[in-house]
Amino acid sequence: MRLRVAAGGPAALKVLAAAGAAAAPVQLLWGGPSERPLAPLTPPWVPALELDSGTVLFSPNAICQFFFLTRGEEPTDLTNQWLEWEATELQPVASAALYAQLVHGKKGLEAVEALGKLLAHIEQNLSRRGTAYLAGDTKSVADVVVWGTLFPVLQDETSLPSELQVLRTWFQSMMISEACRKAADSVLMPKALLEFKSYLQKQPPPCLAMERATSNEPEEEEGSERALTEEEITAAADAWARGAAALPKPWQPQKPVLPVEGVRNVLITSALPYVNNVPHLGNIIGCVLSADTFARYCRLRNWNTLYVCGTDEYGTATETKAVEEGLTPQEICDKYHTIHADIYRWFDISFDYFGRTTTPYQTTIAQDIFQRLLARGFLLQDTVEQLRCEECQRFLADRFVEGTCPFCSYQEARGDQCDKCGKLINAVELKNPQCKLCKGIPVVKPTQHLFLDLPKLEERLEPWLEQSWATGDWTANARYITRSWIRDGLKPRCITRDLKWGTPVPFDGFRDKVFYVWFDAPIGYLSITANYTDQWERWWKNPQQVELYNFMAKDNVPFHSVIFPCSLLGADDNYTLVNHLIATEYLNYEDGKFSKSRGVGVFGDMAKDTGIPADIWRFYLLYVRPEGQDSAFSWSDLMLKNNSELLNNLGNFINRAGMFVCKFFGGTVPNMVLTLDDKRLLARVTLELRQYHQLLEKVRIRDALRCILSISRHGNQYIQVNEPWKRIKGDEKDRQRAGTVTGVAVNMASMLAVMLQPYMPSVSLAIQGQLCIPPDCFILSHDFTCTLPAGHRVGTVSPLFQKLENDQVEALRKRFQGGQPEDLALEPQAKQTPPASEPPPTPATLLAPGDPQLIQELTEEVAKQGNHVQQLKANKAEKAQIDMEVAKLLELKKQLALAEGKSPQVPVPKEKRKK
Amino acid sequence: GPEELALLEKLLGLPKGNKYGVQGERKVPVLQTNNGPGLTGLMTIAAHLVKRAKKDQLLGSTAEEKAVVQQWLEYRVTRVDGSSSKEDTRLILKDLNIHLEDKVYLAGNIFTLADILMYYGLHHVMVDLTVQEKEKYLNVSRWFNHIQHYPGVRQHLSTIIFIKNRLYTNAH
Repeated sequence: MRLRVAAGGPAALKVLAAAGAAAAPVQLLWGGPSERPLAPLTPPWVPALELDSGTVLFSPNAICQFFFLTRGEEPTDLTNQWLEWEATELQPVASAALYAQLVHGKKGLEAVEALGKLLAHIEQNLSRRGTAYLAGDTKSVADVVVWGTLFPVLQDETSLPSELQVLRTWFQSMMISEACRKAADSVLMPKALLEFKSYLQKQPPPCLAMERATSNEPEEEEGSERALTEEEITAAADAWARGAAALPKPWQPQKPVLPVEGVRNVLITSALPYVNNVPHLGNIIGCVLSADTFARYCRLRNWNTLYVCGTDEYGTATETKAVEEGLTPQEICDKYHTIHADIYRWFDISFDYFGRTTTPYQTTIAQDIFQRLLARGFLLQDTVEQLRCEECQRFLADRFVEGTCPFCSYQEARGDQCDKCGKLINAVELKNPQCKLCKGIPVVKPTQHLFLDLPKLEERLEPWLEQSWATGDWTANARYITRSWIRDGLKPRCITRDLKWGTPVPFDGFRDKVFYVWFDAPIGYLSITANYTDQWERWWKNPQQVELYNFMAKDNVPFHSVIFPCSLLGADDNYTLVNHLIATEYLNYEDGKFSKSRGVGVFGDMAKDTGIPADIWRFYLLYVRPEGQDSAFSWSDLMLKNNSELLNNLGNFINRAGMFVCKFFGGTVPNMVLTLDDKRLLARVTLELRQYHQLLEKVRIRDALRCILSISRHGNQYIQVNEPWKRIKGDEKDRQRAGTVTGVAVNMASMLAVMLQPYMPSVSLAIQGQLCIPPDCFILSHDFTCTLPAGHRVGTVSPLFQKLENDQVEALRKRFQGGQPEDLALEPQAKQTPPASEPPPTPATLLAPGDPQLIQELTEEVAKQGNHVQQLKANKAEKAQIDMEVAKLLELKKQLALAEGKSPQVPVPKEKRKK
Repeated sequence: GPEELALLEKLLGLPKGNKYGVQGERKVPVLQTNNGPGLTGLMTIAAHLVKRAKKDQLLGSTAEEKAVVQQWLEYRVTRVDGSSSKEDTRLILKDLNIHLEDKVYLAGNIFTLADILMYYGLHHVMVDLTVQEKEKYLNVSRWFNHIQHYPGVRQHLSTIIFIKNRLYTNAH
């Protein structure tokens, strides 16, 4: 039989999962919507199964049913009921939600809201029956069909409301099944989803009888707010009246911070930055800043928190850099470690300890883990063919070899990749290889290496993952990447390298080798903690008491979710393994990528030279945090957000509240007599506060920031409606009203200062100083309470933020748009980051043509921008937008021509090399 | 809805006495049972009744037949019941006309529950068709006429007249 499915088509998911589950011998045909369907009745993009008899099934549910029938599972009343419910109730709403998500760009959360009642129906049924699956204790066709419809909308059980616990568990157990996982991976490829999206865009929005009646509701809801209940209003007023006494006392942990029995012990790491790269804004938001914000939040919740990080210093890149700069690897590390530490200090990152991996502890701990793996039979030995330079007496790392590309005969191909054709190269395949250090001719020699036996460790990994996913918060991308890694099959991974700069391998026959960085680097978390406290094992060998959060960008996921856990599981010493893996997507710069070589983008050490305070950087980076999808840093947006959200909204509210106390009440908080309107505001603020907690507990840092801004928006409205500046001039009653409004507003400002602390610590401190907020009130609770009672004296109030001017921002944008001459020169020395004291580089035209790296980057940019323009045209974007993008394309082409034109000796690529 | 389930019960020779309710805006039938939460949905209840009457062949015998019956029952509750405009109706008749071109029944050569429920679901549509339309959807008309004369199916529903000789020779 032939099964035709369209990649990206959501219904393909369930039929593939069912076929997989039934191990049905199907011939799979992938087709797009433009192809002729298998039978007249099958619409495009709906799967079709052609049976050997010639019969064509076009209903996805019937196809699933068929597969289950062939494996001998007859339908029951219960499976029938689920299938009918799925077809009539769930399907229409899920399709509409998916349409809204893909075509209108609605976020996951909103889509899930539309499914609310239906999800609750599943939850109720599961919990009422108490079975693991929809129609009993084993998986049936019902589970596959319902899961297949939900998955494209939800992607992940984390988008399910946390109160639907049973549903979440069910969803997870479905995801763990191989058939479902495989189906998801093959159908929902990003490219296929895009194709599906463009197909959907040409279709009318799904409009079904039941949808028509309610289609306007969500829109209305966005404008108005959900009604408050009497209970909520009363509860908010009561909480307010209890005052500061109701707050828990801020708790200062002893130094060094160690796990404490009976409290929540949170261990936070951010991915270790590689020492000789200066981090750019994307690196900063992806790791240290996100982790810092969360760590600060944890501390404000009185959770016992340790946040560690450090520079990752071993490896061939450091050796190469050392050769380039004529220093020893250790000197290179010392130099760059300081640059990192300075940058993070400037960004106000609250590490409990910022260490490095080149310490004696690293050696002892890494070697201990190695010995344990060895003793337990998780290491394999194998021979690898590698280039060796007899002159230098060493095996050459890829970066130390150059030669002729075996594919395109380019003469300066590197050991790992050809700069001309872009193909990945195995160093031993290079023609005429040359040692980069001595220009000698290396020879291929066999060398022994050790491998971590991941296939053998998989049986320990799977149950652990299952458990960690069921109980922890892993971002959707982290789960997805991990799943596809495991799906592709785990292979033994080499853990040794023929290098000098690394942790020595303590094993005969390998004593001149070191550990490969990916094996070594995550152990840095442990050794860095060991350098902080000799009782480090209380954090790292204590999974019973410690909750571990790993922060990173998505490219780092497999090392933290598969490889490092495998090392620790294999070493078998009760290690603390990651509970919550928080991975960001990528941050782009304006419309492209950050590029060190082209000087595009803002790098950590340059941020402070812009004159923009660290807290504004923090705010904006957290505001555009690539949470759930890629995002972009944009100068004009930074200006807009600073001027609208910080200056006009947040800053304006806090400043007015404080100023009213000073100007109208001599700096003393007045008496407050709350009306129903005031109480309603208290309840409204409480709702936002609770939402803030809910989001931050799930590490939705960007979304939680919106709650802070909402509260100040409510505050501004409140002041605007009540006009205390007018009432203060009125009669006794009016003056009392002015007092109440001022008092409530300044208390809101006080709470905002605390909520803001994880995001903007200096601004928070400034507000604390201006309003003289007692240190004991610097704690987060779930209630909005009166912390500045009548009679409280405030200090001197002054504006918190400054306006960013267009000229200023435009100048900055130009300055960081790339094309600095020193970045284009070929000499490696010139590629160094200029010391911070030097004047910022000025924009200039391209002076050093012929750099193959540059040509390649530009060629890719041109291709990318060309596609972007085509996409816009295809989507019938506005003319102004298209014109702007075309202008960018032309500019890029000009740059490329310049780069190529003056260098006839460099072969010019005729087509794009990479897709 | 519940009415056609009563018709089905009679057709299957089941004793009376089942209580039906309806649920939600779409008036989805619910079969109340003495034990448990009952069954919801036309397809589900109909299949349940067929099994209770031990007439399982109406659900198909092979895996293929069973899946085809399932498919047309689903078509009935989603497309036919979901149709709200003249255009929707036209599309349904067009679909069915193509499908029935080379078949006696929906599932090929065997009479199944799909035919019964599709007949009940389309009765109000067929009543309103003009002679010309009935000729346009010739295969549907042939099938419908066949089912309404199948013993025990039609019961109190009105007979729909189909003219044997074609009037519009050029119609397609």
